[in-house]
Amino acid sequence: MSGESVRIAAGAIDTAAETRAVAEAASNIGAVVTFSGICRADEKGAQISALYLEHYPGMAEQEIESHVEEARKRWPLMAARVVHRVGRIEPGETIVFVATASAHREAAFQAAEFIMDYLKTSAPFWKRAEGGGKEAWVDANEKDDRAAERWK
Amino acid sequence: MKIVYFAWLRERLDKTEEEVDPPPSVQTIGELMDWLKTRGEEYAYAFDNPKVIRAAIDKTHVRPEAKIAGAGEIAFFPPMTGG
Repeated sequence: MSGESVRIAAGAIDTAAETRAVAEAASNIGAVVTFSGICRADEKGAQISALYLEHYPGMAEQEIESHVEEARKRWPLMAARVVHRVGRIEPGETIVFVATASAHREAAFQAAEFIMDYLKTSAPFWKRAEGGGKEAWVDANEKDDRAAERWK
Repeated sequence: MKIVYFAWLRERLDKTEEEVDPPPSVQTIGELMDWLKTRGEEYAYAFDNPKVIRAAIDKTHVRPEAKIAGAGEIAFFPPMTGG
């Protein structure tokens, strides 16, 4: 599969350029699905000024790559791309970007959801919220575990 | 063996990594956490609730029963919150 790529980014993600690269990866692509996870201005009702994203270098890429590979086995993908930010991220900025391409939309939609569900629960990234002079690590969400469970 | 720590575990221990030499009786990830807990106040605090701590051996997720023999790098971290 060409156009496959997993990347950790320290700076802003150019989602338009990333989408174009995936759409142009093969001439028989008929559907591109993209997902952008955006930093909210609040975390559990409290205003935040930024999120700080920490990751386990090497393992983070490896975990995402293994789930992109698994998605490729389940659906006829022609390209897939995942870019995940680390470091300080302000509200409105993209934290994670996923794009999948296939001949038809169904495979692209499902594969994008599958990759995101597993990324949330198995890729080693951690969020710390900054706001109001306080800093706190964001708790894991059980809803994310259930979302990943349904693909088993 | 080398141990690396992330997120609030790293903060509570005030270190990103260290070399440790546990006794031969320490054979699994769970036993390693129990042993680490005895190494001082900050360890007791960091490993206070081992149930919420995840582990990886050589960058692959493992369960507490996993054997540590032959491990190059062991990682301890809280549940993941990326995406």
